[in-house]
Amino acid sequence: MLKQTEGSKAVAEAVALCRPEVICAYPISPQTHIVEALGEMVKSGELTPCEFINVESEFAAMSVAIGASAAGARSYTATASQGLLFMVEAVYNAAGLGLPIVMTVANRAIGAPINIWNDHSDSLSQRDSGWMQLFAETNQEAVDLHIQAFRLAEELSMPIMVCMDGFILTHAFERVDIPSQEQVDAYLPKFEPRQVLDPAEPVSIGAMVGPEAFMEVRYLAHAKQMQALELIPQLADEFKQQFGRDSGGLIRTYRIDGAETVIIAMGSVLGTIKDVVDEMRDAGHKIGVLGIISFRPFPLDQVREALLKSKRFLVLEKSLAVGMGGIVATNVRMAVTGCGLRGFTAVAGLGGRPIPKSSLHKLFREAEKESLHPLTFVDLDWDAVHKQLERERHTRRSGPIAENILHDKGVVSAKFG
Amino acid sequence: MFQIRIHGRGGQGVVTATEMLSVAAFEEGRHAQAFPSFGSERTGAPVVAFCRIDDKEIRLREQIMEPDALIIQDPTLLHQIDVFAGLKSDGYVLLNTSHTFEALGLGDVLKGRKAERFCTLPATELGLKHVGRPIPNVPLIAGFAALSDIIKLESVIKAINAKFSGKVAQGNIAAATEAYNLVKEKMKGSVHA
Repeated sequence: MLKQTEGSKAVAEAVALCRPEVICAYPISPQTHIVEALGEMVKSGELTPCEFINVESEFAAMSVAIGASAAGARSYTATASQGLLFMVEAVYNAAGLGLPIVMTVANRAIGAPINIWNDHSDSLSQRDSGWMQLFAETNQEAVDLHIQAFRLAEELSMPIMVCMDGFILTHAFERVDIPSQEQVDAYLPKFEPRQVLDPAEPVSIGAMVGPEAFMEVRYLAHAKQMQALELIPQLADEFKQQFGRDSGGLIRTYRIDGAETVIIAMGSVLGTIKDVVDEMRDAGHKIGVLGIISFRPFPLDQVREALLKSKRFLVLEKSLAVGMGGIVATNVRMAVTGCGLRGFTAVAGLGGRPIPKSSLHKLFREAEKESLHPLTFVDLDWDAVHKQLERERHTRRSGPIAENILHDKGVVSAKFG
Repeated sequence: MFQIRIHGRGGQGVVTATEMLSVAAFEEGRHAQAFPSFGSERTGAPVVAFCRIDDKEIRLREQIMEPDALIIQDPTLLHQIDVFAGLKSDGYVLLNTSHTFEALGLGDVLKGRKAERFCTLPATELGLKHVGRPIPNVPLIAGFAALSDIIKLESVIKAINAKFSGKVAQGNIAAATEAYNLVKEKMKGSVHA
């Protein structure tokens, strides 16, 4: 049914349609309205049978999800930012044990400095954890990816993060088509665990594995993600047949035919990028877009194929590998090794810095002319940066950086835009 | 695409107002996107929220820097932030006050702009009268419907019914209807004046 609703509310409805049996969450900021809405649905009896477990921390949230999943229950949780970091040890365990937990990550920055706004630092910090990561461009896609995620996770017996931009998507009211229970039931079969703690057939899950077998277990996690490269497009095709919508898959291109410059990004910023690319195409620029939906597994072949006919690419990413540069860009460069393409990285939107069309127009034109620095920081205030560097050159006790920058900028809480 | 920016303070229902506007537009079969200026909301602190309305899918995610319409829920903000920043030359302004623009010293802002695009509305008083609470958001979106004709009053009423029920819904509908009629009446005067 078509509705005008909040992203978090829509995702809560989608998750409920997937009939989760255990939802565990730590209901404090950074948390989303998703688990709040699910909690209400469980309490009212709208979502049944399902146990909502109010845990004492994010670490407990993932630990309970692990226990519930090992006991054969379809398990779900949601987190963001520092919450994800607090559960990291258990995040690796969920993947290492091969438990098909689905977790929404409402992407937000990681402190310090304390910041509650959107970027992709949180889930990208877990890129090697063994979890799959799918990125939604719109709230419709966030809804659809959750339905596909339970199927994908359970077929492979591996956990998955559905990533949606915190605030930008989670707090946005927009048009979303919520499927019916019958449609979702027809797409998502009952959970048949590959491993289960069953008193009738006792097993242990979580053996200690020494050098004699550890590499094989690790390799199998990789092998599963390689299987996911095949399965993700199949599930998206099947989803389209069932629901009539293009959602999910590994990558999605836009106006890429004849494009000499291709802009690559993940998540909701693709919408703004497409508007800019439309305007530039109308003005005669040969430019197109490549959206990456599946960050883990990373679709090396599909990315290379999509870029082969272009001359250059620009990866616009909301993440920074400090001391190195782009994270998504590093993966993309790996995909096109030896193809002779010029590649540029633009780091944008960290900690919720707005990414306006005007900045993208300028950036994309510079990319076309190849006049960009290989690593560009979009809308960075160089004056503020240089001032602090100068301060550090002259004063030993130069003080805390965050406080200095705020002071230099004269920031007041009332500022917007 | 039509872009609306609402300024107010935490607790005045600014975010709810944009959400209800988007629901009203959706009820008319249009695409709409509403989102707040993200941050830690505190009662009384300045809050900004945005709404876009279009006949096709809205992909743009940037904040609204050049609005077609401004709704100002709290006139005390005028001394604190530049609420008029980026307003299009033919943009609409609806201000919650029982005074006139001139009495508030806003004559300069009006200069060179079309008088029929500016209106004041005692929305807090309407909220108190009909709902019993000094929340101006619903009268203001109904007043905006009257000022701009971008959405219909009946769509605003549908959005009210989607958000509230019982006595609260009835009170809000009464407040919205009076606000709508008040603005229509005022603008009749403005056009002839």
